[in-house]
Amino acid sequence: MFEIRIHGRGGQGVVTAAEMLSVAAFLEGRYALAFPSFGSERTGAPVVAYCRLDDREIRLREPILKPGAVIIQDPTLLHQVDVFGGLLKDGYILINTARTFGALGLAEFVKDFPPSHLLTVPATEIAMKRIGRPVPNAALLGAFAAATGIISLESVHKAIREKFPAKIAEANVLAAADAFEHVRHEAGATEHAQAD
Amino acid sequence: MLKQIEGSQAVAEAIALCRPEVICAYPISPQTHIVEGLGELVKAGHLAPCEFINVESEFAAMSVAIGASAAGARAYTATASQGLLFMAEAVFNAAGLGLPIVMTVANRAIGAPINIWNDHTDAMSQRDCGWILLFAETNQEALDLHIQAFRLAEALSLPVMVCMDGFILTHAYERVDMPSQEQVDAFLPPFDPRQRLDPAKPLSIGAMVGPEAFMEVRYLEHVRQMRALELIPGWAEEFREAFGRDSGGLMRTYRTQDADTIVVALGSVLGTIKETVDAMRDKGERIGVLGITCFRPWPSAAVRAALARAKRIVVLEKSIAVGLGGIVAANVRASFGGHPDVVHTVVAGLGGRSITRESLARVFTAASHGTLAPLTFLDLDHGLVERALARERQTPHSGPVAEGLLRDVGVVAAKIS
Repeated sequence: MFEIRIHGRGGQGVVTAAEMLSVAAFLEGRYALAFPSFGSERTGAPVVAYCRLDDREIRLREPILKPGAVIIQDPTLLHQVDVFGGLLKDGYILINTARTFGALGLAEFVKDFPPSHLLTVPATEIAMKRIGRPVPNAALLGAFAAATGIISLESVHKAIREKFPAKIAEANVLAAADAFEHVRHEAGATEHAQAD
Repeated sequence: MLKQIEGSQAVAEAIALCRPEVICAYPISPQTHIVEGLGELVKAGHLAPCEFINVESEFAAMSVAIGASAAGARAYTATASQGLLFMAEAVFNAAGLGLPIVMTVANRAIGAPINIWNDHTDAMSQRDCGWILLFAETNQEALDLHIQAFRLAEALSLPVMVCMDGFILTHAYERVDMPSQEQVDAFLPPFDPRQRLDPAKPLSIGAMVGPEAFMEVRYLEHVRQMRALELIPGWAEEFREAFGRDSGGLMRTYRTQDADTIVVALGSVLGTIKETVDAMRDKGERIGVLGITCFRPWPSAAVRAALARAKRIVVLEKSIAVGLGGIVAANVRASFGGHPDVVHTVVAGLGGRSITRESLARVFTAASHGTLAPLTFLDLDHGLVERALARERQTPHSGPVAEGLLRDVGVVAAKIS
């Protein structure tokens, strides 16, 4: 089982991100369970959503306490919510930011994680460019696909098209593709730097 | 057809396949997505003929459902929590009149203090209202139970409440196998009402009944519920043959064959319990699970048979009879005819408190070691309770309980669960 926890704020499409992730996994023939942490539905309030992926039926309904990946849609939550609570030692961290882990003050915290599991992507900027609204969720799913390979970008695109009406879907598909390329490019640059 | 959709949407689509002719809608979390989904299906013409009626309250929702059902229409509504309480008078009327309405209850706590999260207090408050009460474990079972519910309701001329955990199921995206219209039509015949208001053949439904026959009306209600106990297993079997999966029935056992400890529970928490039980089995604990699908009528003989060989029973329930303890536990004890084995009550998940494998394993292990109290509140914050009690001891003017506790707890946004 692979467990993903998504942190963000009301209005950023946190719950929708978990739902689309579950649809993407379903389209690949896997079992998926997406559910929100209920209640904090006000715009701007901290929101958590969860997604479990497995090759068999998922019966477990407790909140995700030991995620294999955390997706942080809003870096201002780093100082407000225990977003890394229970994160596995080899887990993935994906943050929506144009800054680096060091600039966010996380260098010490992340020093033992595999470098390839630490990702930043300017998802809000991508969303503003492609969608015209600060909704980073689709872009972050594209980045998640690129970083983890757990789901394909194609499945993310299909999930987006299932969730949104055509015009909004296509803008989100482009945002996901941009973020996918961004992460691929960064990974390539890192590998290149290491090779040098 | 396999789909990855929200539980509420799955139920809405399943209800539409049952061809209801009147849907009464009044929004209340966490039920709202169901009637919204149905509203869209009616508006788009996918469900016809069907009258979708936006009513002004839950009391009106059930009253309109009563009128529609009495006129011979297949009637459906959905509610939760305070909404169920607000319609309570009409809920009893529907049962007393023998009208086969189907209602979803998206289980949610009852205030005060106001709380929108899941537990079973709402449905349990109406457990003796005369409706059949079914509890779904998964979204697949929730949609399947609705299809069975119309059949059951109309065959017995009794209303049926299908309970599904609010948010945990209603707002969860998971895989469901949506049946075809042909499958549902083959399983669920058109509504042939036992009684019908018809201007061409005038009659009255709802006469005042005095002491001369009131007891008999209630007795017949009871007899019909007891009859349901005989019919439900057969229909679940028929459902399995037609749809290819197990859903419904009175109850289901899991790894109970040689179990010394059996955990009894209802609803979606059964999944987390089964995961916990599997882990404990791996360590050699002889533990199993009894999931109750049909809470009313209470399948007393079946429960007794399922628990007969257990040395101890742990009833884990999302409800509380304040001043007594467990509601489900009291029913389990009643099945032993006054000679209960060791029955522990664990009250869990009230008002949306998370129920984790870690906490479950702790109480189940305590039960098997003989150290579990007769009544336990899972993950109760004893420190918080002590502070509140201390305040009450210090001053006769300690103020409102909920506000005092919230001040002690502080900001909750930092918590994950």
